[in-house]
Amino acid sequence: MINEKNINEGSLLTSGHTACAGCGQSLAAKLVIDASGKNTIVANNTGCLEVFSTGYPNSSWKVPFIHSLFENAAAVATGIESALTHLGKNEQINLIAQAGDGGFADIGLQAFSGLWERGQNVLTICYDNEAYMNTGIQRSGLTPLGTATTTSPGGNLKYKKNLVEIALAHNCVYVATASVHLPLDIQRKVKKAHSLKGAKFLHILCPCPLGWRSDTSKSIEIAKLSVETGLWPLLEYENGVLTNVRKLKSLSPVEEYLKLQGRFKHLFNSENGKKIIEEYKKIVERNVKKYNLLEETK
Amino acid sequence: MKQFLEGAVAIARTVSLCRPGVVAAYPITPQTHIVEELANLVESKKLNAEFINVESEHSAASCVLGASATGVRVYSSTSSQGLLLMTEVLFNIAGMRLPVVMCCVNRAVSAPINIWNDQQDIITVRDAGIILLFAENIQEACDLHIQAYKIAEDKNIMLPLIVNIDGYILSHGYEPVEFPSQELVDKFLPKYEPEYKLDVENPMTLGPLQGPEYYLESRYAIQDTMENEVMNKIEKVADEFTKTFGRKSFGFVEEYKLEDAETVFVAMGSICGTIKEAVDELRGSGEKVGVLRLITYRPFPKKILFDSLKKAKKVNVIEKAVSLGSNGILYTELTSLFYSRCVEENLPKFSGYVVGLGGRDVSKEEIIDIYKKNKDVEIEFLNIKKENLGSYI
Amino acid sequence: MFSKIITRPGTAVSNKTGSWRSGKKPKFLHKNCTGCRSCFLLCPEGCVYGSKKSYDTNYDFCKGCGICVAVCPVKDIEMVEE
Repeated sequence: MINEKNINEGSLLTSGHTACAGCGQSLAAKLVIDASGKNTIVANNTGCLEVFSTGYPNSSWKVPFIHSLFENAAAVATGIESALTHLGKNEQINLIAQAGDGGFADIGLQAFSGLWERGQNVLTICYDNEAYMNTGIQRSGLTPLGTATTTSPGGNLKYKKNLVEIALAHNCVYVATASVHLPLDIQRKVKKAHSLKGAKFLHILCPCPLGWRSDTSKSIEIAKLSVETGLWPLLEYENGVLTNVRKLKSLSPVEEYLKLQGRFKHLFNSENGKKIIEEYKKIVERNVKKYNLLEETK
Repeated sequence: MKQFLEGAVAIARTVSLCRPGVVAAYPITPQTHIVEELANLVESKKLNAEFINVESEHSAASCVLGASATGVRVYSSTSSQGLLLMTEVLFNIAGMRLPVVMCCVNRAVSAPINIWNDQQDIITVRDAGIILLFAENIQEACDLHIQAYKIAEDKNIMLPLIVNIDGYILSHGYEPVEFPSQELVDKFLPKYEPEYKLDVENPMTLGPLQGPEYYLESRYAIQDTMENEVMNKIEKVADEFTKTFGRKSFGFVEEYKLEDAETVFVAMGSICGTIKEAVDELRGSGEKVGVLRLITYRPFPKKILFDSLKKAKKVNVIEKAVSLGSNGILYTELTSLFYSRCVEENLPKFSGYVVGLGGRDVSKEEIIDIYKKNKDVEIEFLNIKKENLGSYI
Repeated sequence: MFSKIITRPGTAVSNKTGSWRSGKKPKFLHKNCTGCRSCFLLCPEGCVYGSKKSYDTNYDFCKGCGICVAVCPVKDIEMVEE
């Protein structure tokens, strides 16, 4: 017999939220909070996640959750952590400060940088759907090369900021990337992060059917291709040392990833577009070399 | 026993007696000495608090927001640019009904950059739903801090409160200050125990999205709290303070030689000291003049102001701020207050003077001059130096 | 008055997002399920439920995105007309 109890007993981010069908971010957020457990407090920047999960008078969250402004989740989490330390409760409670790509890497970067520098015991998470999706698909600092958004209709001219490198420069104790097509990997990384003391960073690529102009059913396939083309390497750093790379048996061609998404459609029918696809191949080459992505063939 | 101390240090030590659990610090002249003294107090273990060096005032306010939401008493202080930078967070704190107590050491706002005193910074955020108190001297600044926590943390109020002191004049000036004992402060200030907080034992969501069906009532609730609970509480706490600590606390306004005054000066903050001296001198020559010192600016104590001023023939509003393109702000609020209660005849005439911007000194002689000239002006900037106007470089 | 601006945990379940579907829904065939749990783990709504080798979806919340259909390795889920 179906009833609400047995459906949502386990999940700390319940159904009934108003995310788009097929939203990669809602999946990632659910995986993260379920791995974190009920002794978790979440501070969230303004963005899709917060808007679709906390519309008054309802909330999807079954853990304590606070949303303040667009750019200050890291600073709010700083305050929460300090308060918990003062109350002597810091050890038992997991803290998360999370944001989308705009809220993390652009407007919120100052606060996250401050938190990382202070080494506070918080897991910071960037749900990266590669544009300001909540306000209608505008370009952000994490929008990749050549992407069409409403504020870069001809194609974004810049490369993504490398948040992993920025986090490493702040001496975060744990830095990792993840993809929604590997849910158990996300959960393992979240649990690992919470077990370490200090500032942690997890960067999750979240396909967005609306903004990426892709089929809702293909979100997982797109996430898989992002990794298997070599564009989104899955890495783990502990105390600045690269300790884990998800190696690939072979590389899928970047075109397979790009052609599933309408935001890259224009790359396939112009000379300039072809050049950008070549740039993507160069990005892959750099990743392969830097992280030794390909499994050695014996 | 009194100690002769710098204002900032006195305030920091008083705050320490109030036992905040989290202090967020970011430097900006002229408030920095407050957070520096608090750092010393935490380091020497006289104050048991987490002291967080944040990376901007926006984060300082956000940090105390988060800590207050977790159920811990907080403190921070700022000035001028810092206050303006944290403006959206202050609106957020008030909207989320969190009792954050802060000090604003009033300083001029850029541009041009100027680090000296005026009240433009705090006046600019008067609409946020924050309780605003203005101190005339260092002792009062300390006393208002103790009362601040009691007012803000009341379960039916739960609004932020900012104690304002004039930059340099009160922050860097030295005065003899009386500190109460820790026991007395502990007795006066109950523990901070909010009903709604971030707690894994009782999870809830703070800061939700409210659409047009709900938002209006949330804002109305703050107005209602300001006009009712806060007004009642300020009076009650001032009385309690006077009884507990044996030192008079005025609450909303201080009436100085107002009984038969035909001309009244209205102002906020330390400039009232100068105005009182001018009034003493004028009274000495038989002039019927007095001072109404406004201590509680928000909520705006409408009835008290009306009753105190209605018998005067002339009111000179002296303020260290201006709404550029319009008039002085206090002038505008007072005149509209009287206009809206225009049921009696013979209401006083109002004149508005903008003084002391950017720390320009205001002397007793200039106040006496205002009285003597008795102009009827909507807005006049006091003591404009003609040689500084136009392209003089 | 003091106005508490908080929302209670998990109250979103009163919002039945199943009404979002437009024409198609996933049908769990229960023929050759291997118990891999991909459908359960990868549903963005968290409305796929079950255990061992028997799973289904809560149509009160299912938005019809089709991810469960796409990820099932043995094609034991199909999109059908409502």
